[in-house]
Parts: sequence; structure tokens; C-alpha cells
Amino acid sequence: MSSASIPASGAPRLAGAQRKLADRLGDPLLRGLTTLATLIGVLALGALVYKVFELAGESFSKFGLGFVTSSEWNPVHNQFGAADFLFGTAVTSFGALLIAGPVSVAIALFLTELAPRRVRRPVATLVELLAAIPSVVLGFWGIIVLAPAMSETIEPALNSVLGWIPLFSGTPAGFGLLPAIVILTIMTVPIVSSVTRDVFATVPTELKEGAFALGATRWEMVRMVILPYARSGMVGALILGLGRALGEAIAVTMVIGHTPQITASLFGTGDTLASRIASEYQGATTTLQISSLAYLAAILLVLALIANALARLIVRRTGLRGQAPSSGAPTAPATTPTAPVTSPSGALPHPGAVAPAPGGGAS
Amino acid sequence: MNAPAATPAPVSPLLRSDGRLRRRRIVNRAMEALATLAALLAVAVLAVVIVSVLIKGISAIDLDFFLHSEVPFGEKGGGIANAIVGTLVLVALASAMAIPVGVLIGIHSSQFARSRTAAAIRFVLDILNGVPTIVTGIFIFGLLVIGHQQSGWAGAIALAIIMLPIVARACHEVLALVPDTLKEGGLALGATRWRTVLRIVLPTAAGGMITGSLLAIARVAGETAPLLFTCAIVGPGVQTNPAQALASIPVRIFELAESPSKEQHAEAWAAALLLIAAVLVLNVIARTLFGRSQARIGRTR
Repeated sequence: MSSASIPASGAPRLAGAQRKLADRLGDPLLRGLTTLATLIGVLALGALVYKVFELAGESFSKFGLGFVTSSEWNPVHNQFGAADFLFGTAVTSFGALLIAGPVSVAIALFLTELAPRRVRRPVATLVELLAAIPSVVLGFWGIIVLAPAMSETIEPALNSVLGWIPLFSGTPAGFGLLPAIVILTIMTVPIVSSVTRDVFATVPTELKEGAFALGATRWEMVRMVILPYARSGMVGALILGLGRALGEAIAVTMVIGHTPQITASLFGTGDTLASRIASEYQGATTTLQISSLAYLAAILLVLALIANALARLIVRRTGLRGQAPSSGAPTAPATTPTAPVTSPSGALPHPGAVAPAPGGGAS
Repeated sequence: MNAPAATPAPVSPLLRSDGRLRRRRIVNRAMEALATLAALLAVAVLAVVIVSVLIKGISAIDLDFFLHSEVPFGEKGGGIANAIVGTLVLVALASAMAIPVGVLIGIHSSQFARSRTAAAIRFVLDILNGVPTIVTGIFIFGLLVIGHQQSGWAGAIALAIIMLPIVARACHEVLALVPDTLKEGGLALGATRWRTVLRIVLPTAAGGMITGSLLAIARVAGETAPLLFTCAIVGPGVQTNPAQALASIPVRIFELAESPSKEQHAEAWAAALLLIAAVLVLNVIARTLFGRSQARIGRTR
């Protein structure tokens, strides 16, 4: 409304000559400024990668690739290796995804297929707010509330029922791999579920109605239409969650117990790449130790870059093209209002996406 | 939408009602119940975390908490005044750096860049967004702290790098939403490109851009990892000079949490309550604003 009046009222205010100059300079100026800003953004990423690798140089030249397979981390004897941390990172991240994956798909199904219109938006918002809790708060909650619950109730229960599996053997401790998995699950569910929900929203309504017309129950429709249609998108969402779980330092460092070791039991303590870096923030003294921490950071960076790039490419390929935003927003740890930003944009430039229109309209 | 009407017409094998129908309905019910349960579970976890922070935090909040800085271990009456001030300074500096640059990137990728380039820019931003924040901390540590000392500037720059892709992506999304007809209207009236962008496109998308910025602020206000190596070893008392290392609420909680003392834990709960309240309020404001601006764009369309 206001926009229509702008050229009319704005134009005569400027004197002729001045205006011409502004018009001639304005376009290149704005274009130049925005290009510069874009370069700054790209350079920031480049500098980050370069600097982390440069810092890791000393450690790399001393330990080489053997760093990755060596499990000794001993600052006193200047021996450093990442194997234990890689183990911890792998176990906690995949463990978290194992729980977060099905839960997230279920939440996404609830939000796209089951929930009454009026409930959808609030529930989606609440799930996303879960990602807004600062990790240090979640970690502290993990220490005080979760750890005792784990050691007194949950782990003994698991142990008594499933204790014959090595995973659940040993003494319940409260701190260790399992609490870290629980915390990481809480942190990844919001992202995975919001991306999955966006993917589900792109399933054409005709296909779903087709299944119903053939007499399928709702679950059969989900199993035969939605899940196959959205398969690769769900994989993308999971990898995105993996990228997030890999890199979480603070909350994990607070509950994992800091014992670099490889153990078969989830009750055991451990350490991850990110949590080791975070825990030595005041203790690093020698340049070799700092360099080795940077080596850990470099490994972490490579893993995170691969996970994120892969997830983007997959999600983008799955017909979310019109809504590429959605695939982007959630990494913005889903504090971003994924749904609101994306659904409308998806409804606009992407006529193929029939489904998002009603969903987006409701939200 | 109750799927299978129990008509006996044997058109599809799915409709055969030979006792399997009952089973299929039960499976369907069970799956629906599981999905609902999953959503309830997620909401319940959020509620449990918030309620426990609220209960344990509220009893430790008093005037001292806001007005005093930390006191030596074992003494009473300590507060987090220095951490509150430090976080405000850090977040303000980070915003001053990241928001203008992020907005410009959003303008570039949505208004000037060709679609290929724009996709590449978005990709880079997504990748930058996926960098673990502890690695960002190591980067700034290597860039600014080694050979110098920890400082508020180092911490603020680390936070700015985390904010940048969030702001830029959000700006791109909302700017791309501005209807072409509005832009074409401006251009058809003889306005130049930059004037159209500044006077028509930006005002239309302002709400969404503010939302993105607020969410980015909420995000970094709670970040601990990037500050550990860059801005964590602080002197006593309230500091506002970013050339010195500044205290911050998340780092303070992190330190207090490692302490064995009950008083320090109580203080950590109080600080956690303050932080979580600030972050959630920012989130709610951002979402409300966004809803309104969406409605406005809807009308102009």
C-alpha cells in the first residue's frame, strides 16, 4: 500500500541533477556493497577451514594420519591420538539418530496427517522451541536431573531386562555414553522432524487420495505413499541431524564423563571429538597440545562439512526446490520458524507442490 | 477421512473384508497412537526441562543475583551482574557486525545474483551454518587469541560468524517472497533498481528480516562453545571494555555447573532460568512479528 505512493512522493523531492547522479551511482553502489558482503561471507568460511588446518599442522606433521587410529591422549608425554574420541562421537551420534529418526518421522506424520488443524501450529512451534534451549542449560539439566534418573531408574531397568547384551551390561553410572545419547536425541529431534515434515508436505495430495480411494487405511497410505515418496528427503533430514549431533560440544561434555576409552557398554563413560576440545579449554599448555586439539577440530570440521553438504544436496533434489528455504532454515537450528518461512514460499513459486498450500495456509 | 468404508465391493484387494480388515484397522490405530505419542513426548520433554529450570531457578533469584558479580568460592551473596553485562556487550557487538552484512548478502542473493550463483551462495551459507560452533571457537582462537589474549572482540567475532548465515538465509527467504509485481510496479514507474530495492522491497520484507535477526540473536545469546577459547578467562567485577575478556551467562553456567557446591548450583539454575527466559521470549517475539508481516505481504499480494 505504502509502496505504490513511493515513486510519486519520493521522486520530486530530489533536485534534478542530484537525482541523476544518485541514480547513476546508486545501482553500482548497492550492487558493489552487496557483492562485498557476499565475499566476506564466503571468505569467512574459507578462512575458517584454512586456519583450523593450519593450526593442526604441527600435530599433523608429528603424528600424521596415525593420529586417527591412535588411542593415546597423554599431554604429559606429548602423545596424542583421536581414536577414542572418534569412537565416542560415532556411538553418541548414531545412537541419538537411532532414537531421533523414528521419533521425528512419527512427529512429522502427526503434524502433517493426524493433528487437527488447530493443534498443528502450536505443537510444531513447541517442538521447534526444543531446539532453542541453550545447550549449556540442557547440559546442566542433564547433570542434575537426567543423570540421577539414569543411574537410579532407567539404566538399572535396562540392565535387568537387556543386561545380557553387552551394550547394557556393567554398572549404571549416570554419566556416560547413554546420557549423552539422550541429550543429543533431544537436540536433534527438532531439526530432523521439521525437515521431515517439510518433505512430507510435498507429497502430492492426488497420490494420497489415490491410496485412500483404493481402500487403504491411513497407516497403509503412509507406508505405501508417503514414506516411499519422501525416502530420500528423510535420509537428508537424518544426515542433517547427524551433522548437528557430531558437533555438539557443551551439552555432551557436561554429561559424558570424560574418559577416553572404547567400551562395549553404553553405561561406560567416554569422550567425543567436540567434548574433548571443550573440556581442555583452560588446560592446553604446549603448542603441540593446542595443535592436537585443532587436529580434532579439523576432523570434526571435515565430518560436519561432508554431512551438511550431503544433506543439502539430497534434500534439495527431493522436489523441495521451490522450498529450498526449508532445507536451509532448520540448520539454523530450527530456531528459525521453518514452517512459517517455508510453506508460503513453497506454495508460491512451486506449483507442483499441491500439498503445502493447505498446510501453509493453516499455519 | 476414515479410510476403508466397509463396502463389500471386491474392487481392490485392500478392500477385502476377510477378517484381515480388523487387523489392518488395529495396526492403523496403533500407528496413529504411536505418532501422537511421539509428538506428546517431545512437548513433554520441553515442559520438563522448562519446569525444572523454573522451579530450581526461581528460588535462587534475588536482587543480589542481578546486582553483584561473582564472589569467592564459599561466600554468599554472589550474582552474575558481570555475566549479564558481558553477554549484552558481546551480543550487541556480534549483531552490529553480522546483521548488516547478513542483510546485504540476502539482498545480493535474492535481488542481484543469477539463480545459479544464488544457489551457490545459499549452499555456502548452509555449510557455514553447519560448522560446529566449537570449531568456530578454535578458528577465532587461532586467528585472534594466539599471540595476544582472550578478548570481548574475539568472542563477539566468533558469535558474529555464527549469526551471519542465519541472518543471511532468513533475509534471502523473505526477500524472495516479495511479489515480483511490486518490484515491477516500482521499475515501471521509472524508479531505478536500487531505489526499488531500498524503498519497496526492503520495507515489504522488513518484518521477516527482523524475525531472522532476532532468532540469530536468541541463538548466539546461549552459545558457550565459541566463547570457551576466545572469551572465558575473565577478571573480577563488571567489565564493558571489549579489549578485555568479558564474562558471559552461558560460560558462567558452564563453570558453575562443574562446581560441587550447592550454592553455586543454585546460582547456575538462576542463571539458566534467566537465559532460557530471554531466549524463549526472543523466539516468541520473533515468531509473532513474522506472523504479522506474513499477513501484510499477503495483503499486498
